[in-house]
Amino acid sequence: MDEIFGIPAPLLFGQLLLGLINGAFYAMLSLGLAVIFGLLNIINFTHGSQFMMGAFVAWMLLAWAGLGYWWALLLAPLIVGATGVIIERLMISRLYKLDHLYGLLLTFGIGLMIEGVFRNEFGSSGLPYRIPNELQGAWDLGFMFMPVYRGWVVVFALACCLATWLVIEKTRLGAYLRAATENAALVQAFGVNVPRMITLTYGAGVALAALAGVLAAPIYSVNPQMGTNLIIIVFAVVVIGGMGSILGSVITGFGLGIVEGMTKVFWPEASSTVIFVIMAIVLLTRPAGLFGRA
Amino acid sequence: MIDTTRRGLLMGTAAAASFGALPLSQARAQAGTAIKIGVLNDQSGLYRDLSGPGSTACVRQAIADLGQLGFNVEVIQADHQNKPDVGSNIVRQWLDRDGVDLVIDVPTSSVALAVAGIVREKNKVYINSTGASSDLTGSQCSPNTVHWTYDTWMLANGTGGAMVRAGGDTWFFITADYAFGHALERDTTNFIRANGGRVLGSVRTPFPGTTDFSSFLVQAQASRAKVIGLANAGGDTINCIKQAAEFGITRRGVRLAGLLVFITDVHALGLQAAQGLALTESFYWDLNDRTRALTTRVRPSMPANAPPTMAQAGCYAGALHYLKAVKDMGVAAAKADGAAVVARMKAMPTNDDAFGEGVIRPDGRKIHPVYLFEVKKPEESRGAWDYYKVLQTVPADQAFRPLNEGGCSLVRS
Repeated sequence: MDEIFGIPAPLLFGQLLLGLINGAFYAMLSLGLAVIFGLLNIINFTHGSQFMMGAFVAWMLLAWAGLGYWWALLLAPLIVGATGVIIERLMISRLYKLDHLYGLLLTFGIGLMIEGVFRNEFGSSGLPYRIPNELQGAWDLGFMFMPVYRGWVVVFALACCLATWLVIEKTRLGAYLRAATENAALVQAFGVNVPRMITLTYGAGVALAALAGVLAAPIYSVNPQMGTNLIIIVFAVVVIGGMGSILGSVITGFGLGIVEGMTKVFWPEASSTVIFVIMAIVLLTRPAGLFGRA
Repeated sequence: MIDTTRRGLLMGTAAAASFGALPLSQARAQAGTAIKIGVLNDQSGLYRDLSGPGSTACVRQAIADLGQLGFNVEVIQADHQNKPDVGSNIVRQWLDRDGVDLVIDVPTSSVALAVAGIVREKNKVYINSTGASSDLTGSQCSPNTVHWTYDTWMLANGTGGAMVRAGGDTWFFITADYAFGHALERDTTNFIRANGGRVLGSVRTPFPGTTDFSSFLVQAQASRAKVIGLANAGGDTINCIKQAAEFGITRRGVRLAGLLVFITDVHALGLQAAQGLALTESFYWDLNDRTRALTTRVRPSMPANAPPTMAQAGCYAGALHYLKAVKDMGVAAAKADGAAVVARMKAMPTNDDAFGEGVIRPDGRKIHPVYLFEVKKPEESRGAWDYYKVLQTVPADQAFRPLNEGGCSLVRS
C-alpha cells in the first residue's frame, strides 16, 4: 500500500474528501456572512443562531406538521429568512449610520437571546433528525465508505454557492446590489428602492444560514449550541477570504475544510486551532484577506 | 464531570457571567426554615437536561416522600455554568450568608472538586451526584463529602471490562482532549489490559469546538479495532454516535462503547442512531417496580415530563438519606456539624426507590449495583423512553474501586 508522509494513501484521500464536506458548510455559512457584510456593512453575529434555527425549523416541520426533509429544504430558509427581515426592519436598520461595533453588539445580543429561548424550550441535549430515505446508504469508493448524504451536501452546497455568485455577478439585480454597495445615494437617485433591497439581502443571507442548518440537521446534533460551535470558525473563514468577498469566502471555506481535515490526521489536537493560526498569518501578511480589496 | 469552558467569545463569556450567578428559584416545603438544601448544577448549558431543574424536582420529591419530618426544608438552586470560579462563589455565598446546610448535585469535575474543598472548610454537607472524577473519594476525599451516583472508575470498569469479556478485545479511543477524557481513557485502558485486551490507538479531539467526528471515526475504522471507545460526553458523544451510524461503522460489526452516556443523550440521538450501543449506568427508570414507582411520582414535575436520569435519581436518593440522618440526630446538631451528619449517613444503611439498598463507605463512596445496558433497536422499544435492556449486572461489591486503592486519607490501611 502506498504511503504519503507515513499515512496510507487511501486514508489520506478519505480525509481530503471529508475535509471538502466540512468545507461545504463553512462555504455556505461564510457566503451568507459575506453577502450581508458586503452590502449592509453589518457583521452578523446572529448567523450561528440562524443556522441553528434552520435545523430546528426542519425538526418542527417534521414533528409538528409531518413535512419531511425536502419540504424543510424549501420552507425553513423562507421562514427563518422572514424572521431575519423582521429583525432587520425593526432593529438593524437603525444602526447603519453608526460604527460597525454597534451592529456587531446588537446581532450578538440577538443571537444570545435566540439561543436562550431555544434552550429553555427544547433543552440542551438536542433532538433527533433522520437522514431522508432517498439519501440513506453509502457508496464504497474503495479507499473509503462515502455516505450518500455527505455527497449530496457537497453537491448542493456547491450549487448554492454558484447560484449566489451568478445572481450577484451576472444579473441586473446583482448589478444594483453591487452599485448600492459602492454608492447607495446615487443608486437611490436612479429610482432603485435601496432600503428594501438591503432588507431582502439580509433576509437572503439569513436564508442561506438556515439552508445550511437544514443540511446539517441529519448529521450533527440538533441542539441550541450547534451554531455557536461553528460560527467562530466561519468568521475566521470570512476574515481569511476577505470581508465581503463572495468568491473569496467560498474558495476559502472549501480550502480551509481541507486544511482542517488534513490536520485531523497529522496532529488531531491542533485541528480546532489551525484555522486561527492561518487567520493570524493572513492578517499579518495580507490584512484585507486573500481575496479582499485593500 | 467535565471541565467545559464555554465558547471562546469574550463578550459571550462576560455577558453570560453577568446572568447566571443568582439563585434561580426558591420553594418552601413548609413555612419557616430549618434545613436548607442548595442544588448547584448546570441550568443553561450542555448538562442542563441530565441535571438542571430536573435535579431540583427530584430533591423536592425526596422531601415530599418523607412526609412529616418534624422540621421544615427549603430548596434553592443555582447555575454554576460549568465554571469552577462561578460555582465556588455561589457556594461561599450559600454557606456564609444564606445558611445552606447541604450542597447537592454539581456536575463538571473541576467544579465538583472546588466545591468539595469549600464545604469541608465550612463543615457543611456535600452530596455529589453528577461529577465524574473518582478523586472525590480518592486523593481529594473529605469527611464532608458523599459521592453518590457514579465515577470514572465505575464507568471504565462497567463498559470497558464487560466489553472485553464479551470479545471486544481490540480498542481504539476517541478522546476529548482534556482532563476528564484523559482520565476516562487511562482508566478504561487499565481494564482492557487487565482483561487481556489491546489498545490499537487513540485520537485526541479538541474540546470544546469539535462538531465533525467523521475524520476521527474513519481513522478508528482504519485501525481495524473491534471496539471504538468514546472517552467524551454530551454533545461530543452524540455527534460521534450519529456519525458512526451515518458512515455505516456500527453496521459492519464495529462496536461503539459510550463510556459516559445518559438516557437524555440516547433520547437526543433517537434509537435509529443509538441502537446497539453499550453503556453503564447505576439507575434506569424502568429497571424494577421501585424505580417505576419513583418515576411515576416525580415525572409530573420534571422538565418536559422526562423520566429522571441517573444523575437526577442520585439527587433524590442523596437528599432522602441526608434528611433521614438529620431527623435521626436532630436539626440543631445537624446544622452545627456537617461532618457528624455525614458520619451518621455512613453509619445508616441506605434504602431508596432509585438504587435499592446500599451503604456509604468510609471514603464517602456510595455503593450500589451497576448495570451494563444495551440500547434497544427501534422495533424492540414499546414507547417513549423505553430505551435500554440489561446486558449484565455488576454486583455492588465489584462495581466501584476497592476501598484501599483510592488513596483516601480517611481510610486506614
